[in-house]
Amino acid sequence: MKLLDIKNLSVRFGDANAVPVVDGLDLSVDKGEVLAIVGESGSGKSVTMLALMGLIDPPGVVSADNLQFDGTDMLRLKGRQRRRIVGKDLAMIFQDPMTALNPSYTVGFQIEEVLRQHLQLSAKAARRRALQLLERVEIPAAESRLDAYPHQLSGGMSQRVAIAMAIAAEPKLLIADEPTTALDVTIQAQIMELLLDLQREQDMGLVLITHDLAVVAETAQRVCVMYAGQAVEVGVVPGLFDAPAHPYTEALLKAIPEHSLGARRLATLPGIVPGRFDRPHGCLLAPRCPYAQSNCQAQRPTLDPQVRGAVRCFYPLNQEVA
Amino acid sequence: MLSFIARRLGLLIPTFFGVTLLTFALIRMIPGDPVEVMMGERRVDPVMHAEAMERLGLNKPLYAQYLDYIGQLAQGDLGQSLRTRESVWSEFLTLFPATVELALAALLFAGSLGLIAGVVAALKRGSLFDHGVMGISLAGYSMPIFWWGLLLIMFFSVWLGWTPVSGRIDLLYDIQPVTGFMLIDSLLSGEEGAFVDALRHLILPAIVLGTIPLAVIARMTRSAMLEVLREDYVRTARAKGLSPARVVFVHGLRNALIPVLTVFGLQVGALLAGAVLTETIFSWPGIGKWLIESIGARDYPVVQNGILLIACLVILVNFVVDILYGLANPRIRHQR
Amino acid sequence: MTATTTPLDQALLYPSPLKEFWQAFAHNKGAVAGMLFMVLLVFCALFAPWLAPFDPSEQFREFMLTPPAWLEGGQWQFLLGTDELGRDLLSRLIHGARLSLLIGLASVVLSLLPGILLGLIAGFFPRLLGPSIMRLMDIMLALPSLLLAVAIVAILGPGLINTIFAIAIVSLPSYVRLTRAAVLGELNRDYVTAARLAGASLPRLMLVTVLPNCMAPLIVQATLSFSSAILDAAALGFLGLGVQPPTPEWGTMLASARDYIERAWWVVTLPGLTILLSVLAINLMGDGLRDALDPKLKNAV
Repeated sequence: MKLLDIKNLSVRFGDANAVPVVDGLDLSVDKGEVLAIVGESGSGKSVTMLALMGLIDPPGVVSADNLQFDGTDMLRLKGRQRRRIVGKDLAMIFQDPMTALNPSYTVGFQIEEVLRQHLQLSAKAARRRALQLLERVEIPAAESRLDAYPHQLSGGMSQRVAIAMAIAAEPKLLIADEPTTALDVTIQAQIMELLLDLQREQDMGLVLITHDLAVVAETAQRVCVMYAGQAVEVGVVPGLFDAPAHPYTEALLKAIPEHSLGARRLATLPGIVPGRFDRPHGCLLAPRCPYAQSNCQAQRPTLDPQVRGAVRCFYPLNQEVA
Repeated sequence: MLSFIARRLGLLIPTFFGVTLLTFALIRMIPGDPVEVMMGERRVDPVMHAEAMERLGLNKPLYAQYLDYIGQLAQGDLGQSLRTRESVWSEFLTLFPATVELALAALLFAGSLGLIAGVVAALKRGSLFDHGVMGISLAGYSMPIFWWGLLLIMFFSVWLGWTPVSGRIDLLYDIQPVTGFMLIDSLLSGEEGAFVDALRHLILPAIVLGTIPLAVIARMTRSAMLEVLREDYVRTARAKGLSPARVVFVHGLRNALIPVLTVFGLQVGALLAGAVLTETIFSWPGIGKWLIESIGARDYPVVQNGILLIACLVILVNFVVDILYGLANPRIRHQR
Repeated sequence: MTATTTPLDQALLYPSPLKEFWQAFAHNKGAVAGMLFMVLLVFCALFAPWLAPFDPSEQFREFMLTPPAWLEGGQWQFLLGTDELGRDLLSRLIHGARLSLLIGLASVVLSLLPGILLGLIAGFFPRLLGPSIMRLMDIMLALPSLLLAVAIVAILGPGLINTIFAIAIVSLPSYVRLTRAAVLGELNRDYVTAARLAGASLPRLMLVTVLPNCMAPLIVQATLSFSSAILDAAALGFLGLGVQPPTPEWGTMLASARDYIERAWWVVTLPGLTILLSVLAINLMGDGLRDALDPKLKNAV
């Protein structure tokens, strides 16, 4: 059984006519697997995971055929039952660590809160465990940092605290929503390394939302590429990097600076992601796609299996069997 | 924390001297001859006039007069009331608890109701309740409270007869002032029904005085809460699987309280101004009524130093609020 | 510059700032309602002698404390009833609008102009002059505004002019603070530096370059202090320290109505209701102005 199994997930903000932010998404994660979700800003990566966590508020509406985590359908859970899972078996780290921690409480309080909520630890035990956690995420002088307030920490430190908070109850699945985007370049690698260490150590599933393809290549086992709320390609690493099947994936890869060494200009994909009012009838990428044919404009492709993984395209690339 | 307090304390001193300068200047702006005004009679005998000028130090240069004034204040001498011949300080002390009692009751009313209304309105944003709270608070904010007081008296005292019209307690009860707080003193007196009677006297004035703070606090709580609920750390708290109550109160309200507290502090000044009106309407024997009566009687020593005392009070309260603000907001506390 | 102008594509033209402002303002229903009430009030104030059915101090001794016309015992000639001396309440309220608006307007002008000037000076001279001005304003703020007004009137004596004066002094600090804060925000902008380098004189820099960019919060503040001026003036009148009877000032009317609280609810209710509605209307307008002019201030109280 998959640890996470999402079938046909849609998220809309507004009534049924509203354009979905996430549109019929299928996704799965195995125990101990690292899955990367890549795509431009606004492609629905974060919203997908927020929907899983139950953090979409009205007017947002979540629907799915199946939103199964660890054997339970998260969509059918109500309040208290859901909260027994969220924060314990299913934890999330957010993009900007400087705003993700509550400025009014100490680091220790915010970590202990999770321990007391989910593991029913006593105050003393919770504090001891919080200290261990801070040490585990490699915060120097952890003892004194327990009583520090978030504003006294750097961005990297704050993200370590956020990670400690997320892994406090030893989750089965950790979602990291662009965990390094807001950090200095020098810190980014350290944080990624820490996350992967923890993932291996606790054998967690890890969903890594990012737009840094270099990170994906180094860390993930599988990749889901999202465009305008849909998964356009799902594949394994490194296969997807060597032979992208979807034109959009190809364009993303071409836009990595390393790929353009020697070229005068960085390769780009012309145009922008379709908005609410100019959503194409056919393939969502068609207006920007260099390979688009006439039926691409008229019909919308489905996500179909191909040589390595699955792709949402009538004319997938690199289909010759190696 | 101590250095934080010391820093704020340092800011207090120049403000205090500024206020003494103000009250000093105020009394010298009275049109007409100061001795005649002070003695309350026209055509004072020239010899007596000169004597009075000498005695009051009014023939010295202005700076010397100011130094005299400061000297007196430093010795705790706030002068004598022209009406009662009692010292201003002792009059202030007897009347002050009444005002504090009224103000605390008003703040309790405004604070508790305002916080609840503001939080609920924020949580149910756009609902009928939300619109209702916002509408009522706008009306409350625009309320001429002296009229509001009359209206409540007319309704509850005159028509329904539920509450007394004026004073702190019925004259039937002979309450010895111990603490000066009627609610406590009436309990201490052991007289049957005295406490309830004191409470019935307090309720309307407290509502009237609390109306504007209530409106302000409800509005501010709502907007602060709406802002805070959008913050990332609230999302983090929800992602931890905490209960909605804990998310709203522990993670949300705690941060929303910071701006609310500031407004709360600013309201204390307004509260004392409101006390002047409220005490006049309800014949509440506090410092507000005292001040207005003294103005009417041209009792200038009381007016001058009464204003000084009230100003010091406001400064002091703002200082305390500043400290509380520091306690509530770690970011302020750790500044430099 | 030639006389012939090429026709422009209308779609490319931005709406004029005034029109843009009006669209934002008109979107706010409360603000429009407030403005309509204010227009009515101003109309009453301007044409009071012609609108009011009677002279506000004419006493009809045989009609003392007549209830409003629609009640039992009411007289249709006294639409809102009469007061304790048999004066027509409606006429007094209409004439009262004159006084309240006059006090509001005069005190706003009297505090706005020096307030802006002091604020500009405080912003432009941050070394010595600025801090001393700000200290002075802090001291004035140490006293609640109504109390300071009471103190000033207590010294100067009651009356219309002194009321205006006291309220103007009391609202001075907020203008000074606001102007200074806005000036400090603008001073570091490039356009100010550019004007400096171009050799603009100090008065020009203050009044022509910087001031217009600080106007939005000042206009909002002026509206809000207009309403608190009306409120404070009425409070002073109620305390017997403001405009003196028999002048039909709303607060003063309430003060004399207090004694009839048990017999004639209308003499107590109507003047206060008029004050409440006027202040409410101005505050609604102020909210609308704030949202339309300066979205940054939206959450300020």
